[in-house]
Amino acid sequence: MDPIIILQAGVATGTVLLFATLGGIFSERAGVMQLGLEGMMLLGAMTAFSVTVSTGNPWLGLLAAMLAGGLLSQIHAFITITLHADQVVSGLSLTFVGTGIALVFGETLSKAGVISLIPKISVPVLTNIPVVGPIFFTNQSVLVYIGYALVPLAWYYIYHTRPGMHLRAVGEQPSAADSLGINVFRTRYFYVFVCGLFSGLAGATISLAISPGWFSELTTAGQGWIAIGLVIFSQWDPVRAMVGSYTFGALRRLVLDIQGPTMLLGMRNPFYYNPYLGIFLTMLPYAFTIFVLVLGSYSAAKKRLGAPAALGIPYVRGERGL
Amino acid sequence: MSDHRPVHENVEEVVQMLGITKQFPGVLANDNVDFTLRKGEIHALLGENGAGKSTLMNILTGLYKQDSGTITINGVRRSFASPSQAIAVGIGMVHQHFMLVPTQTVTENVLLGLDKPGFHLNLSKYDKAIQNLGEQMGLPIDPANKVWQLSVGEQQRVELIKVLYRGAEILILDEPTAVLAPVEIESFFATLRRMTALGKSIVFISHKLNEVLQIADRVTVMRRGKVTAAGVSPAGMTVRDLAKLMVGREVAFDIHKPPLTPGEIVLDTDGVECINDKGLPALRGVNIQVRKNEIVGLAGVAGNGQRELAEVITGLRKCAKGKIILAGDEVTNQDPRSFINHGISHIPEDRHHVGSAPNLSLADNLIMKSYSHSPIAPGWTINNKAVDKNATDLRQEYDIASPTIKTPVRLLSGGNLQKVILAREISGQPAVMVAMQPTRGLDVGAIEGVQKLLLKQREAGAGILLVSEELEELLALSDRIYVIYDGKIMGEVFDNDVEKIGLMMTGTPLEKINEMRGVENA
Ligand SMILES: Nc1ncnc2c1ncn2[C@@H]1O[C@H](COP(=O)(O)OP(=O)(O)OP(=O)(O)O)[C@@H](O)[C@H]1O
Ligand SMILES: [Mg+2]
Repeated sequence: MDPIIILQAGVATGTVLLFATLGGIFSERAGVMQLGLEGMMLLGAMTAFSVTVSTGNPWLGLLAAMLAGGLLSQIHAFITITLHADQVVSGLSLTFVGTGIALVFGETLSKAGVISLIPKISVPVLTNIPVVGPIFFTNQSVLVYIGYALVPLAWYYIYHTRPGMHLRAVGEQPSAADSLGINVFRTRYFYVFVCGLFSGLAGATISLAISPGWFSELTTAGQGWIAIGLVIFSQWDPVRAMVGSYTFGALRRLVLDIQGPTMLLGMRNPFYYNPYLGIFLTMLPYAFTIFVLVLGSYSAAKKRLGAPAALGIPYVRGERGL
Repeated sequence: MSDHRPVHENVEEVVQMLGITKQFPGVLANDNVDFTLRKGEIHALLGENGAGKSTLMNILTGLYKQDSGTITINGVRRSFASPSQAIAVGIGMVHQHFMLVPTQTVTENVLLGLDKPGFHLNLSKYDKAIQNLGEQMGLPIDPANKVWQLSVGEQQRVELIKVLYRGAEILILDEPTAVLAPVEIESFFATLRRMTALGKSIVFISHKLNEVLQIADRVTVMRRGKVTAAGVSPAGMTVRDLAKLMVGREVAFDIHKPPLTPGEIVLDTDGVECINDKGLPALRGVNIQVRKNEIVGLAGVAGNGQRELAEVITGLRKCAKGKIILAGDEVTNQDPRSFINHGISHIPEDRHHVGSAPNLSLADNLIMKSYSHSPIAPGWTINNKAVDKNATDLRQEYDIASPTIKTPVRLLSGGNLQKVILAREISGQPAVMVAMQPTRGLDVGAIEGVQKLLLKQREAGAGILLVSEELEELLALSDRIYVIYDGKIMGEVFDNDVEKIGLMMTGTPLEKINEMRGVENA
């Protein structure tokens, strides 16, 4: 129960959530709801593991995972953007399809084959900073550092670049964007693809770095759903997404660690003596997700949270009175 | 009042649309339409609601594709696959419904879709350029503001700046003055004149005929998709002439309001207070009464609590303090259904979202208040025969133009949608009617129809609260007028004293005016 260790592990596991959440943010900023994160992540995790097993190169595995996520996302893009179908239904079915494909192809994979993983490194100098050093810069996977870099980049991209401005316009007021010659369809396809890349990356981060191996649907264990909650919780902002992801990562670890010791704060540890309490603890992140999703579907709250105004609404040019 | 320039022959034509035809499901929106625009002119495009004006202009800007017909811009045949191609040859449109991104700043809205700035957005640098352009054209604006913070008039300026910044030489303005206050319209016209002086050409769509006479060099009139007057000069024309061209018959502009003695009080509010969507106080102790057989006007500049008052009275908004009494019963903070059962009916400002369900059919929209009882629903189920009969009858009675009773109402023109709402609200024999901007955006014929319906209700015994920013309309229809300012009633006017109303609209309470006048007279 060392807080430094819990936080350090929190940043590591939180990186998975961070990648998936960032992906969700990009897609939803363009106005396409993403309930398929879990499916794309699982497919990514399986692809990464399987490609790494056969090539021996985890970087190839990572790349393949991202591509797999990206390709799968295009089903969602086609159904919702071209065919104007309901984004919730399509997103949910994407999870089923992704999970299905991953489980079928993952069937023959060994449970936890010995594969080469994405390396872990410590950053010289930074690692010596008290508290911050051990938590953020000591013995973390390279992917964790990539996470650090992606957050400010995503933030800069969304708020301070021309394509980022177009992205926001398409998610807020697609008819306005369209009337100024921004291709709403292409923009949405592109960011759904980006979301697929990020989800694949999130999946690969699990199987190649954070909890290496392939354990069927337990590999992702519903983290895609938590990421969906985090997208809303972050109010579609990359910096808040980072805070949320690391916090949740740390909580996941805390829930495990708190059941270990017999004594807690000088008292009999109730979580040790009563395993049912532990089960409830493990449930909390999922309960949180349900809560945030319900909140996020309540339109007044949606407005207050700053949801992209056109989120979930198919765009059809020339339709009046929407 | 107008400064018409002579119409020259052989002047340069920047736009030639020939034989444009556009068919929508069930509607021939444009039927072999010819339209030309000359360099440096303001060309007014007139027509009833649903005549096809917006459709024609949407074709010119590449938003819709015509079924047949040709477009020539500056002598070159063009066919636009998308708005960006039209923008590229200098055509810019300000749409009837604004095309702005509320969460972005003015500058961002202006820069959308352009390929400069490159990758990095250096907004502060562009802020300056946009502010300068605005000042040059008489369109002052703070470019760093977010669009949702702006008034409607300011949003309009943003739309214009957007078009000008793209170097548009041909400007299409679809009902730009519908949302402007009278003072704003004057400066808006000055801006238009400044633009034509710079050689820009303007298509101006409006339903306000006196504006057209004031500003237009030429007029084209459409009716049911066809052109009925092509590029005629309005010199020597009157509002009546234009109206006749548009509607195809004489329009009665004078309103016949028989004197009636108001009956008992049907609506009474007692110290009503409420907050608006942003959580700020919107009403601060409002007391008003409406009696049987009268139309009571509520005058005020937009955003002074009119909408909130209408919502509180119809049960759509919680009342923080005070009482609402309908026909003698207190109904404060009960649900809207209870307000309806007490005989309230509501013609909301927002026809598309509050007043109707855009994707539902005409028939479904017409039963929204009567769906729960006989004959529509005698038992547990809806009687579809009764629904259809109700729709067919009302469609005939209120002369609603729609292809079928199953047509989704979002496809109806503004005037026809308003008729649907009126038909639904009036058919329940209301005791109290709250009508908010009931004629906004409607053509002269439709306005006449709506006003007649309101007067008929007054005779039938309803008490009507009419909320409008059109002072003329209020003066013509109301028996007396309340003026609202900053959520407070400034006073009540019985004698149509426009000067008094104007002072009260800007925040001077009636007692103060009487005091001042007393001093003057003494
Ligand atoms: N996207 C569409 N799909 C189907 N019908 C349409 C569509 N757009 C317009 N219409 C129909 O075409 C006709 C012409 O509409 P249009 O919007 O051009 O009228 P308008 O002259 O601009 O009217 P208003 O004064 O109310 O703005 C109407 O009957 C309308 O219902
Ligand atoms: Mg129109």
